[in-house]
Amino acid sequence: MLFAALSGFIFVLLIPIINKYAKNSVGWIASIFPLALTVYFISFYTNVIDKGNSILESTSWVPSLGINLSFYLDGLSLTFSLIITVVGFVVFLYAGSYMKNYDSLGKFYIYIILFMSSMIGLVLSDNIITMFVFWELTSITSYLLIGFNHEKETARNSALQALLITGGGGLALLAGLIILSGISGSMSISSLASMNDILTEHRLYAPAALLILIGAFTKSAQFPFHFWLPNAMEAPTPVSAYLHSATMVKAGIYLIARMNPSLGGTELWNYTIMFVGAVTMLFTAVLSFKQTDLKKLLAYSTLSVLGTLTMLIGIGSDLAIKAFMIYLIAHALYKATLFLTAGMIDHSTGTRNIEELQGLRKVMPITAAIAILASLSKMGIIPLIGFVGKETVYAATIEYTNFGFLFITLAIAANIFVVYITMTVGFKPFFGKFRKTPKTPHELPFRMWFGPMLLAFGGLTLGIFSSFIIGKLINNTELGIITAKLNIPVKLWHGFTLELMLSFITVLLGILLFWKRNQLLKYVDNISFIDEITPSYHYQKLFNGTLKLAKLQSRILQNGFLRYYIMVIIISTIILGGTTLFSLGEMDYTGIIEMPGFEEIIIAIVMMTATYMTVRAKTRLAAIVAVGVIGYSIALIYIMYGAPDLAMTQFAIETLTVILFVLVIYRLPGYLPFSSTARRIRDFIIAGAGGLLMSLISIIILSNPLSSELKNYFAKNSYAIAKGKNIVNVILVDFRALDTMGEITVLAVAAIGVFALLKLRKGADEK
Amino acid sequence: MNLLLVIIIGLLYTAGLYMMMRRSFVKVIIGLILLSHAANMLIFTVGRITKGNPAFLNKDGAIFEPFSDPLPQALILTAIVIGFGVQAFAIVLFKRAYQTAGTDDLDEMKKTDED
Repeated sequence: MLFAALSGFIFVLLIPIINKYAKNSVGWIASIFPLALTVYFISFYTNVIDKGNSILESTSWVPSLGINLSFYLDGLSLTFSLIITVVGFVVFLYAGSYMKNYDSLGKFYIYIILFMSSMIGLVLSDNIITMFVFWELTSITSYLLIGFNHEKETARNSALQALLITGGGGLALLAGLIILSGISGSMSISSLASMNDILTEHRLYAPAALLILIGAFTKSAQFPFHFWLPNAMEAPTPVSAYLHSATMVKAGIYLIARMNPSLGGTELWNYTIMFVGAVTMLFTAVLSFKQTDLKKLLAYSTLSVLGTLTMLIGIGSDLAIKAFMIYLIAHALYKATLFLTAGMIDHSTGTRNIEELQGLRKVMPITAAIAILASLSKMGIIPLIGFVGKETVYAATIEYTNFGFLFITLAIAANIFVVYITMTVGFKPFFGKFRKTPKTPHELPFRMWFGPMLLAFGGLTLGIFSSFIIGKLINNTELGIITAKLNIPVKLWHGFTLELMLSFITVLLGILLFWKRNQLLKYVDNISFIDEITPSYHYQKLFNGTLKLAKLQSRILQNGFLRYYIMVIIISTIILGGTTLFSLGEMDYTGIIEMPGFEEIIIAIVMMTATYMTVRAKTRLAAIVAVGVIGYSIALIYIMYGAPDLAMTQFAIETLTVILFVLVIYRLPGYLPFSSTARRIRDFIIAGAGGLLMSLISIIILSNPLSSELKNYFAKNSYAIAKGKNIVNVILVDFRALDTMGEITVLAVAAIGVFALLKLRKGADEK
Repeated sequence: MNLLLVIIIGLLYTAGLYMMMRRSFVKVIIGLILLSHAANMLIFTVGRITKGNPAFLNKDGAIFEPFSDPLPQALILTAIVIGFGVQAFAIVLFKRAYQTAGTDDLDEMKKTDED
C-alpha cells in the first residue's frame, strides 16, 4: 500500500517527458495510472470484502516523533480509494480531449496526479500526522487546479478563497489532532478507535472535537463555510467533476466518519454534525434556485448532498450508516457524470447558461442519453443506485425521531430542490425546441463520452445488483464508521412503503417547482437582503478589512524612512525590555559601586567628551576624528583589563576605518542641517531612553553573580588539548573555529560587495 | 570602574541611536560605528572586567591568577572584525549613493525609481 499511496509522486515525474514527446496522447497515457490503481484496489476484494478483514501496513518515517507511513485498508478506505481511482480514470481520459487546446495540458496532469495521490494517501493513512500532510497537499493541489486559468482574475480570487478557508480549517484540524494525540498518547487512527471512553471523558475533549470538526466542515464546504465551493467552479470542468464533487470535498466527511468511533457517541459530536449537516443540506439547496449556470447549479446540489451525508453520520444509527455508504457511492457516480456532461454541453455549444440551452437531444444524442441516465439516478428513480440511496436516507430520517419529524421534513424539502436542479441540468438542455448557441453544437468524440457513460451505467448496474455488491460491502466489511459490523440487507425494492411514497411526492414537487420556475423567480428576485446575511458577504468584508489593515500598518511601519524603522525598533525594545525590568522588583546594586582609579577617570572623561563632539560636530572630518578618539580610548580600556589582543585589533581597525572614511568623504561639502530642533529633541529623548535601558540592563547583570565554567575550562584545556598558550587565540582558531570561519565568510562577502560597488560604473547597465 | 563603564555604555548607545535617526547618510554610518562600540563595551563589561593578567599561559601551561575571562574577548574580537566589514561596506555604499543621487539626505534617496 505504501507504493500505491506514493507511486503517483513518482509517476508525475514522467509527465513532462510524455508531454514533450507525445503531447497529443498525454491524456491516454496518464489515464493508465488510475486504471492500474483501480485494478490494484479491486485485488483486495477477497480479503477486505469477502473475508471482512482490515489490513494495516506500516513503514517508519520519523520514528522519534511517532510519525509513520502507516496505511490502513478497511471498507471505508477501500470505498473511497475506488471512488478516487475510478472517477480519476474517467476524468483523466476526458480531460485529454476536453482540454486539448490548452498549452499547459502537461501541467494540468501534473497537478491532478499529485492531487489524486494525495487524496489516496489521505484516505489510506492510519497515522494522524501523515494524514494531515496528505490533507494539506489536497488543499494545495486544489488551489492550483481552481486557479488553473490563472489569467482570469475571478479564477485567482476563487482559488485563494478556497485555499484560505480549507487551509484555515487545516490549521484547526492540526491543533485538534495534536490535542488528540496528547490525550491518547497514540497517533494511530485505528488504535484511537478503541479509546472512545478515555477520549470523550477527557477535559480537552470538547476543544479537540470541535477543532477537528472545523477542519472537516471547511474541507467539505459545510455551512457556514459552504460558499467557496460554488466559487471553485472557476476551475476547468474535469477538476470540478473530480475534486469538487466526487473526491476532495468528501475528505471532510471521510474524516468525520473515520473519527466517529473514537470521538463519537457524545451529544456534542452527534448534534453538531447533525445540525450543521441539516442546515447545509437545506440552505444550499434553496440557494440553488436563482442560479442559471450549469456548473453552479451542480455545485449547490453537491453542497446539499454533502450536508445530507454529514447529517447521516450525526444521526449515527445503523440505518443511517447504511444510507451514508449507499448515498456516498451513488452521488460520486451520478454527480461526476453530470459535471462531465455539463462540460460536454459547454464544450460543444460555448455556453453554460441554462436559459440559452434547449433542444440539444438531436445533435448530441449520446450526451443526452448519458445525462438523462445520471439524472434519473440523482432524482432517485428505480432501478438506479440513486433510488436505493434516497430510499435509505428517508428510512433513516423517519426512524430517527429525537426531534420529531424535523429531519425528514428538511430532507424532503432539500430533495425537492435537488430534483429541480436535476430537471434543469439533466433534462432542460436536451428537450424542447433548439435555440441557437454561441458555437454550433456537435456530438463529442469517444474519449469524452466513454468515461461518463461508464459511470452512468455503473449507477444502473449497482442499482440493479445493489443487494449483492453494496450489500456485501456494507454488511461484510469493517466499515470503520462504527465499531460493530452492520447487519442490514440492501434491497432495491422494499415494496410499497412510506419512503416510496415520500420519494414519489418529492419527485412530483420537484418537477412542479421546475415547471413554475419563472413565476416563482419574480418573487425571489425581490428578496435582495439574502446577499447580506450570507457568510460569503462577511468573508469578503473580513478579507477586505485584513487587506486594509495590512496596508495601514505597512504605511505606518514600512514607510521608507530609515529613522522611523529604527525608532519603532528602539521604542518596542524599550517597552518590552522596560516592562521586564520593572517586573524584576528590588535589587541590590551596591556591588558595582567602587572608587575608580585616576587613569580610569581620565579615560572616561576623554570618551564622554569625544562622544559629545561626535554628535555635535559641524563638519564630517571633526566627527570622524572624534569617533577615532572613542575607538582608541576603548583600546586603552582593553589594555587596562587584560585584553591585549582586543586592544591590538581595535587600534588597527580604528585606524583603517578612519582612513577609509577620510578618503571617501574628504572632498564632500560640509554637513547640512536637515532636521528641526524639535525633531532633534524628540530623537534625543528616544535615543536617551534606549541608552538608559542598556545601562540598566548592564547594572542588573553586574549585580548578579556570574559563574563562568567556561573560563576555567578554557584555561585548563587550552594547552592540554589545543596546544596553544594564548587562550583567546585558541578559542578563535580551535574551540570556536567554525565561528571564525563564518566571520571570514562575512568579511569576504563584504569585500566582494565593496569591490563590486567600486567597480560599478554609472549607467553601465544601460548600454 | 564598573559604574563608569555602565555610564559610558549608556552614553555610547544614546549617541549611536541618536545618530542613526539622522537624515544624513554619513551620520547614520557614524551611528553604526558608535553602536558597535557600545555593544562591544557591553559584552566586555557584563563578562566581568578583571584587573590583572591577560589570558596567557606560561611555558609550563599554567596560568597566573587572577586572569581575565577569554570568552567575552573572543566574542568581541569577532564582533570588531565583522563590524569593520559592515562599516567598510556602508562607507563605500555611501560613496556610490552620493555619486548617483548627488545628496547625503536619506529622504531624497527614499524613492527607488528615477524621476
